[in-house]
Amino acid sequence: MYVAVKGGEAAILATHDLIAEERRGDTSVPEVTTAQISEQMKLATARVMNEGSLYDPRLAALALKQAQGDSIEAAFLVRAYRTTLPRFGSTLPLDTSEMAIRRRISATYKDLPGGQVLGPTYDYTHRLFDFALMAEGETAPAAPIASDPLESHMPRVPDILGDEGLMEAEVPPEGDPAPFDLTRDPIQFPADRDTRLQTLSRGDEGFLLGLAYSVQRGFGGNHPFAGEIRMGEVPVRFKPEELGFEIELGDITLTECQMVNQFQGSKDKPPQFTRGYGLVFGHAERKSMSMAILDRSLKNREFGESVDYPAQDEEFVLYHSDNVEAAGFVEHLKLPHYVDFQGELELIRKIRKEFDERQNELKAEKIGDAA
Amino acid sequence: MSAQAIDADYNFGYLDEQTKRMIRRALLKAVAIPGYQVPFGSREMPLARGWGTGGIQITAALIGPEDKLKVIDQGADDTTNAVSIRRFFARVAGVETTEKTNEATLIQTRHRVPEYPLTKGQILVYQVPQPEPLRKIESSEVETRKMHAWSEYGAMHVRLYEDIARYGRVATSYSYPVLVNDRYVMSPTPIPKFDNPKMDHMPALQLFGAGREKRIYAVPPFTKVKSLDFDDYPFEVQKWDEPCALCGARDSYLDEVITDDRGGRMFVCSDSSYCEDRREAGHVGTQINWAKDQAYLDPNADEAK
Repeated sequence: MYVAVKGGEAAILATHDLIAEERRGDTSVPEVTTAQISEQMKLATARVMNEGSLYDPRLAALALKQAQGDSIEAAFLVRAYRTTLPRFGSTLPLDTSEMAIRRRISATYKDLPGGQVLGPTYDYTHRLFDFALMAEGETAPAAPIASDPLESHMPRVPDILGDEGLMEAEVPPEGDPAPFDLTRDPIQFPADRDTRLQTLSRGDEGFLLGLAYSVQRGFGGNHPFAGEIRMGEVPVRFKPEELGFEIELGDITLTECQMVNQFQGSKDKPPQFTRGYGLVFGHAERKSMSMAILDRSLKNREFGESVDYPAQDEEFVLYHSDNVEAAGFVEHLKLPHYVDFQGELELIRKIRKEFDERQNELKAEKIGDAA
Repeated sequence: MSAQAIDADYNFGYLDEQTKRMIRRALLKAVAIPGYQVPFGSREMPLARGWGTGGIQITAALIGPEDKLKVIDQGADDTTNAVSIRRFFARVAGVETTEKTNEATLIQTRHRVPEYPLTKGQILVYQVPQPEPLRKIESSEVETRKMHAWSEYGAMHVRLYEDIARYGRVATSYSYPVLVNDRYVMSPTPIPKFDNPKMDHMPALQLFGAGREKRIYAVPPFTKVKSLDFDDYPFEVQKWDEPCALCGARDSYLDEVITDDRGGRMFVCSDSSYCEDRREAGHVGTQINWAKDQAYLDPNADEAK
């Protein structure tokens, strides 16, 4: 039987129809709405917004719907759309100290100004199925409302340590230049911290998680403390040049993680704790923590530490964390490669032929010697 | 193929004009320094990374309404990725597309250089997966950039020598490294080494785009491109014992097509347009009837048009 090697335009168009049909599934089951996804799959949309580098829960929901829930495919859709958007300008720097906090915990202090705010989390649940969810028709769950509002001032833990001089100071580079933009310019090495943080922020959660774990388990030199993790809403402000005053565009949900790592010091410099920083869209604690651990482990150049482990090698971490790029390249192996493979076939046959000829010559020589 | 209606939702050529300008600047630099990899602000494209986004961005930055575009993958115009990219440009640029090598002003390719010699005024755009020829030797980009800066290519020659020591010949059949303009070692992308000699002093402009790796490089027309070798082990290209089974060509790169599950196979031109032209001109291979019977070729095609 003849083996088809060529794909025509008609076949490609048919795959588009087939995948659409496959995505919809059984049509007797109601279609999922993007509003349902953005409301009830918030953690999934947060991941798509992070890896897609675009804060838009509705588009993230559309991407997830179109991609059948494949978060990498969804992030790819978001990114391809994102590049076509015109740029009006840059917003003013966000200030996470003015976050409307919904969750804020510190592992380094028992109590601190503002207190521990547990907020919405799976952390203290037992991972037992709630089969009632399967039955659907649930009544609206309601959480009790606290008698007092949260304190308006919630200092960030590194700032508390900083006041005491125990924390590595965080100052903008000289002249406070505009940050590098990873989506407009190619990454170059050695990479500065703005490049690193942007790359980590859009990096694959699974990849960052695995690397962060490797740092903790022994393939790394840092022992991190979760100084603070906070999640809530932060206003985004923009100052149009033609107006000359700030406009508040709206709030976005962010998760920020500040890791406190063991100190650095020298004969001339008193020891100080060092920082690892993570900031991501939506409620994404695991990602923000992984990011913060890696931010610190990649500070080895600044602290004169040696590069002994994968998580300390910035080219390794930053080049390979982008899952849209990684997925594209790994999956491009599905494309035809038969021209190169033919080159390999020709070569291996030739080398084997020469090998056999040499073996036969050796045999003939031996026979000749014996005779 | 005729021009089709352009998609008005996107700018001509998909990319915005600022981005095209940025890419053209990188291209100019690349042409000025043959074989040097120029970093550029590679954009996210609606096609997957590793699927030709570098080549697509170069084509998008260069294409004009008067252009005639040819897209090939593995030498053929009808492979899935070539079809997909051609459809993309037909949609966002509305340009005329062609399968004829000599009619095309712009040819985007993956893994092959067409068999017909390209001419002055044509542009060949290569899709590049890994622009760094030294990457297999040195994994760090910081280090490979230094090696290029200092023309420190000893390690590459050692690699070729080790092949000879182990296999009796250089065991690289594609992405065979070349020295451009006596200065930069360059990856010719995974074209088979069969195509390397075509790059040398080619009258057409050769542009290389690596979207995921964010690099552009170029070989200007009539530039020296030399495949690395040794005096006693000179560079040589692939040869086949038999001609193309469809058109009888002996001078083309052949693909192996498995015809049954009992060891049957035939060798056919990888350049489908070249093969078709030859058949139209009356050349016949040994398996032409089989190919028509099995609908590998259009059985109704009139060969001698």
